Amino acid sequence: MYLPDFDYYAPESVEEACKYLTSFDGKLVKLVNGGTDVIPKMKHGTLTPDVIVSLRNLTSLKKIEYVKGKGIVIGAGNTHNDLVFSEVLNGKYNSVSNAASTMAANQVRHAGTIGGNIISAVPSADLPPILIVLNATVKFVGPQGERVLPIEEVFAGPSKTVIAPDEILTEIVIPDQKMTGSKYYKFALRKAGALAVVGVAAAVEVEGGVIKDARISLGAVGPTPLRAKKAEEFLKGKKVSEEVLAEAGEIAKTEAKPISDFRASADYRADLVRIYTKRALKYAIENGHNG
Amino acid sequence: MSTNFIIDKNGMKRYLVTIKVNGTEYTKLIKANCLLSNFLRDELELTGTKKGCEIGDCGSCTVILNGKPINSCLILALDADGAEVMTVEGLAASNELDIIQKKFLEYGAIQCGYCSAGMLMSAKALLTKNPKPTEDEIRAGISGNLCRCTGYINIIKAITAASGQEVSDSH
Repeated sequence: MYLPDFDYYAPESVEEACKYLTSFDGKLVKLVNGGTDVIPKMKHGTLTPDVIVSLRNLTSLKKIEYVKGKGIVIGAGNTHNDLVFSEVLNGKYNSVSNAASTMAANQVRHAGTIGGNIISAVPSADLPPILIVLNATVKFVGPQGERVLPIEEVFAGPSKTVIAPDEILTEIVIPDQKMTGSKYYKFALRKAGALAVVGVAAAVEVEGGVIKDARISLGAVGPTPLRAKKAEEFLKGKKVSEEVLAEAGEIAKTEAKPISDFRASADYRADLVRIYTKRALKYAIENGHNG
Repeated sequence: MSTNFIIDKNGMKRYLVTIKVNGTEYTKLIKANCLLSNFLRDELELTGTKKGCEIGDCGSCTVILNGKPINSCLILALDADGAEVMTVEGLAASNELDIIQKKFLEYGAIQCGYCSAGMLMSAKALLTKNPKPTEDEIRAGISGNLCRCTGYINIIKAITAASGQEVSDSH
């Protein structure tokens, strides 16, 4: 199969890439990084760009480094497997590497990128929940300059984000944490090559057996990744116990807004939220970020 | 690398691309819509790489790009400009089959053939990185390759044997 025809540009800098995004009046311009989302859509005929701007030459987007006072800076062009095998990331937030390892299958993980995973804004995407609970930020670069916003504010609906048509997502920052542990659990119908039926991420700050702070994010149970804020509030100040974690799961279940589809019914998804919220909290409390 | 192109007599842009495939460097003029799988099969006539689902689910088009297994149906040939690619045709160094190919034959790991080219390349990528994988690691290594005959057990045995490890008869 061949794709429909389009023009192709491979800019050498972010500035040049931004310029291409606005220099073709009335034409549909699409940024492509790994291509694992855009190319299938083009094959299905649901996306028909006139111009493709490839980010393959932007090596500045392929770094993962720890910057003192800032946190771990992940270039948007890193593939899922770059995250899986990153020593910088594994050393601090194994929970993020592990979330990346649950994505699709090996071949797709070698091509698809973290930037694409975020901007595609698929409700079942695996990286957003864990990045949300770790309070990650994203940087958008456009002709008007840069803006940094919490990743939680990026998502506007299924396949919709707040990024402007002339902006590029360049980096994701996981700031230094007060949170003492984090974990992402994915429930899917197979171990590989399957979308999340439900994804739950939790981060906790525990001191002396007391939960000082908690953040919970739910994937695949709403039009965007959600926060289970009532469950978070409930947990604050509580002593860790099976009962408390179970109750947090019950509350999170009421905050999910799942739909029924061929993968699972809404009721089943809601119940999975209950179970995996409890498990994610427990894991993060017991294992730190080593998840 | 900057992108060079010409405009042909039909007004269509044709881009210059250079890709090293199985040790030989090929430079071609292609349209932007040419996927790596198209490039290998139609430009180079290396039809060992199969096209199955075309959307990155089945893995039958797997090739090794700069040392990593990827789906050649999901990447533009232009995005592979300057890259090194290994296809199933590059597995055997000479007239003699590679050890992985030999073990696939020996263990009946080839049935209809739909998955074989991709399965072999995922196995090659796995064993290059991890010469003595455990069964779980083998299963993870081929988890992006679907065998329509469901002959996974023999494939796992073949890869185990190719790695020089003892093949369990427990299945």
